[in-house]
Amino acid sequence: MAWLELLSDYTFQNVVIGASLLGLISGPLGCFAVLRRQSLLGDAISHAALPGICLSFIITGSRDIGGIIIGSLITGSAAALTMLMLTRLSRLKTDAGLGACLSIFFAVGIVLLTYIQGTNNASQGGLEAFLFGQAAATLRSDLWVMGSITLITLLLLAAFWKQAKLVTFDAEYARTLGMPTTVIEASLTAMVALAVVVGLQMVGVILMAAMIVAPAAAARQWSRHLGGMLAIAAGVGIVSGVSGATISTLSRGLATGPLIVLTATTIVLISLALAPGRGLLWGVIKHYRQKSALQQQQLLYTLYKHAADPSRAPSTLGSPRMLNKLKQQGYLTHSPRGASLSPPGWELTAQGQAEAKKVVATFEGLSS
Amino acid sequence: MMAELLTTTALPIILVGAMVGIASSAVGTFLVLRGNSMLSDAISHSIVFGIVIVWLLTKQQSGPIQLVGAALTGLLTVLLTEALASTKRVKQDTAIGLVFPALFSIGVLLLNIYAHDVHIDTHTVLLGEIGFVWLDTIDIFGLPIPQALVSMSVMTLLNYAFIGLFYKELKLATFDPALAKTFGFMPSILFYVLLMLTSSTAVAAFDAVGAVLFIAFAIVPASAAYLLTDRLWMMFIIGALISIASSISGYYLAVHFNVSIGGMMAVMTGVFLILAFLGGPRYGIITQRIKRRRASQTPVEPPPLS
Repeated sequence: MAWLELLSDYTFQNVVIGASLLGLISGPLGCFAVLRRQSLLGDAISHAALPGICLSFIITGSRDIGGIIIGSLITGSAAALTMLMLTRLSRLKTDAGLGACLSIFFAVGIVLLTYIQGTNNASQGGLEAFLFGQAAATLRSDLWVMGSITLITLLLLAAFWKQAKLVTFDAEYARTLGMPTTVIEASLTAMVALAVVVGLQMVGVILMAAMIVAPAAAARQWSRHLGGMLAIAAGVGIVSGVSGATISTLSRGLATGPLIVLTATTIVLISLALAPGRGLLWGVIKHYRQKSALQQQQLLYTLYKHAADPSRAPSTLGSPRMLNKLKQQGYLTHSPRGASLSPPGWELTAQGQAEAKKVVATFEGLSS
Repeated sequence: MMAELLTTTALPIILVGAMVGIASSAVGTFLVLRGNSMLSDAISHSIVFGIVIVWLLTKQQSGPIQLVGAALTGLLTVLLTEALASTKRVKQDTAIGLVFPALFSIGVLLLNIYAHDVHIDTHTVLLGEIGFVWLDTIDIFGLPIPQALVSMSVMTLLNYAFIGLFYKELKLATFDPALAKTFGFMPSILFYVLLMLTSSTAVAAFDAVGAVLFIAFAIVPASAAYLLTDRLWMMFIIGALISIASSISGYYLAVHFNVSIGGMMAVMTGVFLILAFLGGPRYGIITQRIKRRRASQTPVEPPPLS
């Protein structure tokens, strides 16, 4: 399919816009979830959306997106609340509360889903698609709804930016300032449920967890500021959404949801390796540089000491590569007088002497 | 006709359901106690990847090779999670949330590519179909025993054999990992074996209940038991009893309402959790409230005047 043809394809347009909206909302909200150590709450909320979808279908009798959104919002929030209640009022830990809510709400969803299937309603087709998402079936009207939710959520976030930020990083302090922390925390969690709702159509309830976690985890590597992190997370979300959707359309037959998730995961891995400052690769390079700098200093130290006291002549010097490197820096020179050295023929230059003195001072300063 | 069908299929289905619960809650007990419950979520999703890979390599959809493959996938999931967390760039829960969707996605895509040849489709993988376990039987002593029942029984035996053999070590490693380490019990190795058993149990339970409902069977009865007792051995017994009760009640409710049997069984485990949460003899909400009221009503003896 030619690019131009692809771009004007109605379904493709819908999928790309939908995927971008998903990235735009799940990235920023995921940041709050990840920073508040609630990465897996998104997973529980998204699994808990299933009974809501089914309930709305049972009540309205149609796949109306408005009903589905309200339904999944209600059950998603109910799951989050149940989790909080189970862990606050009993000795169950957060992980058990999450696992229990996730699986029980999902089980209720499965029961309702099979109940609907048993009633043989003709318009029930496609409810199962919410398990894995059905990006290609996205309608223009769905996009308007998804877009409005995204817009409202982001506006809310902007309006309560300070409060959200403070509660995320220092809830105790926020409480002493008299902020309604519980309300703010509950709202941030409910907003995750909103992001889940937008993602249902695109990636489905099972993989939605990754759309909350992955863009935020990638963005965290690139920015030390909340605002920057949110913007980058939104960008990562959009890029993974659009590339996943494009690959899926071009490959014909590969599911969109998993492709979006895998793109996001790849971006996370690249970020972990390459992000300036925090990237693992820079850590390795820094370590190597420090190691080689120390070896150089040791070499200069040995040569200097040796020049002063020939009896301390080392049996070997550093590698030829390192010797050449020091020569390039002007610290060392080939000299016949150095013939007693092994490997023979190296001597400190005047510049090298000066540098070596500094090294000696540091080393001996350390040992004294 | 209907009654006859019920009597011939009800027992195998209930037995398989109970066995899934007993085997899963055995390993789940340790996950709940250690605070690693969400690893069951991660493992149950990522073994989809393992199942597809093993199928591609050996063309076997079930049997011992799949159980071993699952154990390795579970181990891979945990090791990847720990590797990510050990970079200190992401937290443990974020690492879990990154690893299992990725493995699950690869599994689903591989299914997409080879879908024409595979019998396992994404629907089965997620939901399972416990209602059909009696279709796939093998003869043992002349009796047609459902294959799922055999594999679940094997996993139950394996799990309890491991727990029985290393009971003291597991107990110490769970409640005091530092002390267990100084005794040379290698708590991390014990834990890895436990997670491998969890993965194998998940695969064995797959055909019956699928990936997500397995989490319910692993975590929920164990959590309910945790709210009811302070003794480790008692947790296994209560977990098993809740599994059996959920299986029986879930089956009949599902048949009555004509809904997913596995789903209803999982819902019933949730009902038992809520009952334990509310009415537990020691930690239950209602019990505690009554205790508090009694405490406030009994007059406090004034301190004797001296």
